[in-house]
Amino acid sequence: MRTEAGRYPGRRLAAILRRRPRLRLTLLLTAPLLWLTVLYLGSLTVLFVSAFWTTDSFTSQVVKVWSTDNFHALLTTPVHRQVVLRSVVVALAVTVLCAVLAFPVAFYTARVAPPRRRPLLVAAILTPLWASYLVKVYAWRLILSEGGLADWMLAPFGLRGPGYGLPATVLTLTYLWLPYMILPLHTALEQVPDGLLDASADLGARPGRTFRSVVLPLVLPSAAAGSVFTFSLSLGDYITVQIVGGKTQLIGNLVYSHIDLDLPMAAALGTVPVAVIVLYLLAIRRTGALDNL
Amino acid sequence: MEGIAIRLQGLRKSFGETAAVAGVDLEIRDGEFFSLLGPSGSGKTTLLRLIAGFETPDQGRIELAGQEVTDLAPYERDVHTVFQDYALFPHMTVEQNVAYGLRVRKVPKAERLARAREALAEVRLEGYGRRRPDRLSGGQRQRVALARALVGRPRVLLLDEPLGALDLRLRQQMQVELKALQREVGITFVLVTHDQQEALTMSDRIAVVDRGRIAQTGTPAEIYERPATAFVASFVGVSNLLDGETAHRIAGSPGTYSIRPEKIRVLRESAGPDEPEHATATGTVAEVVYLGDATRFVVDLDGGGRLTALQQNLETSSADVAAYRGSRVRLRWHRRHAVRLPS
Repeated sequence: MRTEAGRYPGRRLAAILRRRPRLRLTLLLTAPLLWLTVLYLGSLTVLFVSAFWTTDSFTSQVVKVWSTDNFHALLTTPVHRQVVLRSVVVALAVTVLCAVLAFPVAFYTARVAPPRRRPLLVAAILTPLWASYLVKVYAWRLILSEGGLADWMLAPFGLRGPGYGLPATVLTLTYLWLPYMILPLHTALEQVPDGLLDASADLGARPGRTFRSVVLPLVLPSAAAGSVFTFSLSLGDYITVQIVGGKTQLIGNLVYSHIDLDLPMAAALGTVPVAVIVLYLLAIRRTGALDNL
Repeated sequence: MEGIAIRLQGLRKSFGETAAVAGVDLEIRDGEFFSLLGPSGSGKTTLLRLIAGFETPDQGRIELAGQEVTDLAPYERDVHTVFQDYALFPHMTVEQNVAYGLRVRKVPKAERLARAREALAEVRLEGYGRRRPDRLSGGQRQRVALARALVGRPRVLLLDEPLGALDLRLRQQMQVELKALQREVGITFVLVTHDQQEALTMSDRIAVVDRGRIAQTGTPAEIYERPATAFVASFVGVSNLLDGETAHRIAGSPGTYSIRPEKIRVLRESAGPDEPEHATATGTVAEVVYLGDATRFVVDLDGGGRLTALQQNLETSSADVAAYRGSRVRLRWHRRHAVRLPS
């Protein structure tokens, strides 16, 4: 006669694991913890440390001597300061545009559209994420090219497309990251209980008032959560700007151009977006958005 | 002279194929504590939502204090609601929740804060103003919802199963408080409930709702003592329903009758001569249920039929009542307590 354990090979293991919660936890978390500490925190540490090294200008060899020269250069070189400022402004502009565009879309998909059609609409919003990033950016390059779709559509109004440059970069990045803003807003709007809207109307609030005093405050944390994505993705981008940005430079391009010649300087430049995003997250935390991520 | 707070005329509302409200005429007086009592799905909540303005009727007319409001939005009606799940705004403090209606009506800040505190004191929640609703217990949230709806002193206060989520002890306590509060503020309260005990305890008048219609309107005593239909008799309290041959034999004439179990006395079969206004029947005790304060007897009548009788345990104890099972008894009740129902 076969035993119970014989019939289900996994059963003995399951029994052992049930009796030893610590072993269970170890097996479960070892891989992700290794990933987090070695790959993620490890590379970040290397980045920070190497930012304090320098490069010998004759031999182009990295000199592993502690120095704050790179950060000094970063703060005093006008070009660098300008590029950092420009990158932050671009990221903020993309975030604001995404929020403004995403809200009506999310409001429609979450509250206006018939409930049965909502999953389909959400899927439709997600489909652009399945297409390759480069394909989408090149598509925008075509749209914005001279005599392209943008020019053609604006011609009847006596206008022209923005061409390549900073506005084109903002426009393209907004298109790329818009789903990351729509999704959290959709979820938040969907979760606003109908009862609260009834209660507000019941107490004498017209729809506009209800929107300002009840709906908006309730979805604001989710908009902030979405902005973490749009802001950080925009701040780190250097490909889009190369394709549709004309001569515009962002932090990413600076890092890229320094990598071969002056690796420590590239590392120092690379810490800037990290620092900016940490500051941004600290600011965002005050809205309570991070509790919802 | 009492005015009419709410008048409903020929009100109908359907959702798809189902008629939630199928023709309701009703008048609720000023300053009255009025209950809409019915089982779930009877349409009582839809009726409330029609009065509040969250739904628009397919047909019929709604008047508030003599003014037609049938097509007005909720924010244009002088009616506030206490919602079943309270619907407190989670992003506002208790004080801000209570003051919301005043803020919307552009009452100056100092005044609305003072009135919000006053309203919180009315529901015995002084000192809770700065808390968030999620830091409160169910009973406290219920009071906040009440304060929020009362602070604007509406013409009518609607309460949608307000005590449903509370435990029994708290519910009974709130019933007393709610009734006292209503007397104090003098506002018309319209309560929706499926709990007949709650409706009987608190209401000045009750409308029993059955499948989208009003089955009976009256004071708690009228509803309980003189049920107009078999539905009312069985839904409000427990009732013996007699019909057909049994009814004919016992009551003396054919028809459907309702007799409340507590009106029936259980006596020994040999019990003495009956008064002329009494009706009696003999039978065998089929079941005895000891309830602590009372005992329920289920008696199979000679010649068919079954009656339930409820006796206060004045002198008997659980051991005594158990001995009754299988014994012969005589049931006796006053003829006027056998209420004839329309067939």
